[in-house]
Amino acid sequence: MTLWFVFALMTAAAIFAVLWPLGRPAAARTGSDLAVYRDQLDEIARDRSAGLIGDAEAEAARVEVSRRLIAAADAAQAAEPAPQSSPLWRRRLTAVVGLVLLPVGATAIYMLLGSPQLPGAPLAPRLKEAAHGNESITSLVSQVEARLERNPQDGRGWEVLAPVYMRLGRFDDAVKAWRKVIALSGETAVRQADLGEALVGANNGIVTADAKSAFERALKLDPQQVKSRFFVGVAAQQDGKREQAAEIWRGMLKDAPTGAPWVATVRHALASLDEPATAPSAEAASDNAAAPGPSAQDIAAAGRMTPEERGKMIRGMVARLADKLKQDGSDVDGWLRLVRAYMVLGERDKANAAAADARRALAGDADKVRRIDELAKGLGLAG
Amino acid sequence: MIPELGHYALVLALGLALIQSVAPVVGARRNDATLMQLANSTAVVQFIFVAISFAALTACYVRSDFSVATVYENSHSMMPLIYKFTSVWGNHEGSMLLWVLILAVFGAAVAAFGVNLPATLKALVLAVQSWIASAFYLFILFTSNPFLRLANPPFEGRDLNPILQDPGLAIHPPLLYLGYVGFSIAFSFAIAALIEGRIDAAWARWVRPWTLAAWMFLTAGIAMGSYWAYYTLGWGGFWFWDPVENASLMPWLAGTALLHSAVVMEKRNALKIWTILLAILAFSLSLIGTFLVRSGVLTSVHAFATDPTRGVFILAILLLFIGGGLTLFAWRAPMLKQGGLFAPISREGALVLNNLFLTTACATVFVGTLYPLALEALTGAKISVGGPFFNLTFVPLFVPLMFAMPFGPLLAWKRGDILGVAQRLTLAFAAAVVAICVTFAAMGVKSALAPLGVGLAFFVMAGAVVDICERSGLFRVPFKAALRRGFGLPRSAFGTATAHFGLGVTLLGIVFATTWGSERIVSLKPAQTVSISGYDLTFDGLVPRDGPNFRELAAKFTVREGGVPIGIMQPSKRSFPTRSMTTTEAALMTRGPSQLYLSLGDAEGDGSIAIRLYYKPLVMLTWLGAVIMALGGALSLSDRRLRVGAPKPAAKPAMQPAE
Repeated sequence: MTLWFVFALMTAAAIFAVLWPLGRPAAARTGSDLAVYRDQLDEIARDRSAGLIGDAEAEAARVEVSRRLIAAADAAQAAEPAPQSSPLWRRRLTAVVGLVLLPVGATAIYMLLGSPQLPGAPLAPRLKEAAHGNESITSLVSQVEARLERNPQDGRGWEVLAPVYMRLGRFDDAVKAWRKVIALSGETAVRQADLGEALVGANNGIVTADAKSAFERALKLDPQQVKSRFFVGVAAQQDGKREQAAEIWRGMLKDAPTGAPWVATVRHALASLDEPATAPSAEAASDNAAAPGPSAQDIAAAGRMTPEERGKMIRGMVARLADKLKQDGSDVDGWLRLVRAYMVLGERDKANAAAADARRALAGDADKVRRIDELAKGLGLAG
Repeated sequence: MIPELGHYALVLALGLALIQSVAPVVGARRNDATLMQLANSTAVVQFIFVAISFAALTACYVRSDFSVATVYENSHSMMPLIYKFTSVWGNHEGSMLLWVLILAVFGAAVAAFGVNLPATLKALVLAVQSWIASAFYLFILFTSNPFLRLANPPFEGRDLNPILQDPGLAIHPPLLYLGYVGFSIAFSFAIAALIEGRIDAAWARWVRPWTLAAWMFLTAGIAMGSYWAYYTLGWGGFWFWDPVENASLMPWLAGTALLHSAVVMEKRNALKIWTILLAILAFSLSLIGTFLVRSGVLTSVHAFATDPTRGVFILAILLLFIGGGLTLFAWRAPMLKQGGLFAPISREGALVLNNLFLTTACATVFVGTLYPLALEALTGAKISVGGPFFNLTFVPLFVPLMFAMPFGPLLAWKRGDILGVAQRLTLAFAAAVVAICVTFAAMGVKSALAPLGVGLAFFVMAGAVVDICERSGLFRVPFKAALRRGFGLPRSAFGTATAHFGLGVTLLGIVFATTWGSERIVSLKPAQTVSISGYDLTFDGLVPRDGPNFRELAAKFTVREGGVPIGIMQPSKRSFPTRSMTTTEAALMTRGPSQLYLSLGDAEGDGSIAIRLYYKPLVMLTWLGAVIMALGGALSLSDRRLRVGAPKPAAKPAMQPAE
């Protein structure tokens, strides 16, 4: 609505520009070439008195300019009289053009080309909106919370809520929720591990004694529980026992089933042991993962994430890329990125499959297929 | 909402331009003051709407509104703010909008400040101005619309071409367009005069400030473009005779000729028809220049085929304005009254000589630029016309032109005395001879022509100084009187001398940098040192760095002169992930007017890196000279006597003191 109102104002201004001069009397005085020649004569006199030109030159110039002046004056007399105001009919005609043709024509062209239905979309508010896209989640959360307040013994309700708290970064609430779940529905290895992870989150990534005991309980229930093993390793690292951490993580890698999604995270954690006091970095992987690089908010988010969440994010980006390529397989750079990303994530089988898909999608373009083949060979994938 | 406001504002500007194309012409034919003054208000309001439109597009870029297609295609949210501004015109659509914005600025300026123009002339000028504007609005709206929208805006743009992510983009195109479009005013005045069938000395006086302003901007714009090419392209050259550069040189040559012939017309009422023709040609070449660069026809003649609407539209505009203008000229020019007479040896004669050389040089560039395109379009054969062609044709034309340059201003109007002038130039000759001898002695006879070039440069510079001395009577009359006369000189006289001096400075820079520069291409390992012209550069190692939307690998070099460290140079290679492009950023170190120029090649496996290192003596003078020329233009423009109708206006028929 505002848009059309402003359009109307602008149109009015344009119409005004046409109508206003029609209502004004013709300007009394306009410039003429006579003024120029008179000024030239003044100039000659001035130059003469300043000594810039000699008497003879000044006289010659004066004669020439005077001749021009006379000619111009003659021409002015011979010409039509001074311009007159417009006859009424011509003014009316112009007014009609300004009042009718201008707005109608402008609207017609604009409707042909413009997109008045599309609002402007500056990036900053859109990003904020995307960040607050969780708003609906928040309201859902409060509904569930209200239900649980009435019925606090609903273990399943808490179990639904806890991971949502984690995603929203409400770690303290998540800790409480997991404790309720364990109290109400009994402990399992996974629940203890999730409790531990919530505690780590609540303590800014530090594996406290509380958290460690939760992980250890989980391992007692299931010695192979991945998350707990990983965090016990982190705890060892944070205690300065690097050898122990490395041993735990190497063990995990040895036991890892093919295609386990967490392998890359563990590898990076292992690699990070060599550079003291840095959190496991996932940047190397994310570089290769996303199509034009991770966006600003992705990177900002990655900073706050636990290594595991980072791994998840990277896998999300890889999945997005894979989806995109499934729809449009002509982007050879995209394929190259995808194959590389799978290799970085340690998912050799998927890399192989992606290379095969790429060859199919790009069949017919020998040059592009050759690039895929070269990469595959370089990575040691089956041709 | 903002992009749509900009879009609608542009449509309204078109509407007003169409009205302004017709009403004032009717007014001028029917002697109807009301319709004639209509042009004033429509020109001003038209400018306001185009400004709104441009501001809206700028707002879209600055706020990364990716719902606008051109913003998505040419911008990135992580770009530094200045590049968000400059990417507005870093693409075809936006640059055309900048073009019409400047056109509207000039139109509004004529409407607002042209109070001294006769009513009919002003009305016709504004109408012609509006014909051009209408054609461009239509072109923009229907074939290059910057306001087309995307229904599902992406979250990130495709980034501005990395080569354009440079402060040069903030300065070069606006200056160049101010120059190109400034000539549209001269064109409009010429067409208006042809329609009126009347032309006289006063016409030249009215056109002169506009031509001067356009010429000044174009000079600065070309120099800026040359410097930009020099430091971005990584080859250390500053002029490549590339079609894009030639496209801006042609209007400059024609515009320079116009500037000089307009002086003859204003002061002596001669060369009138020739001046009109030059005004038409200067703008025609500006149009060709704009479109040569913008249409993509340079990268491939077949660009027209890939986007036929745009190509056909461009051809139609060129045909309409160039063809129309020349046809009108052919029809009406014979009816114009010829002006004053003059002897061959006279100031007028010198300016005719100047015009002959400039237009011939312009024709040479025109042929060298367009012949390969025409040949490719007709036969498919690809030939390249480059430096050698222009060195053989353009340079021999410019050398006599520059030799004659100091003579011109010293010759008297109507009939001159060449021997007398030569006598008065003795000092300049002496300066040239000394310069030649000193250069030969210092540099040897390896390149025999270059010292002569240095001599010519000094002759031109000294000639400009002699000109001012002669006019003020320095060394002839008592010092005090000379000083008083010097202050009494019109500023345009100083402008002329300054601009001529600037050309000499540019020539000096070109001769030195191209003849006595040194170049080394080596591969260095860390801690190794390379020497050039008395400087030692030590390679300290590679430093990876992160920019806002790129990553770069910088190589750090410590520069020593005689063992004393004088600074650090850090050339780099930047990679822009969004466009998967790499740019090379050369490092420059300015030592007085000379420069060290360091550009990176490829890094090799063993930690060594290939570099290109140049020492460019006096290279800065090349552009400094152009800046001095533009300053001369500004001085001339500021001459209050140019503003006719002001209390003390009018040019003087500058007579020389009797011998």
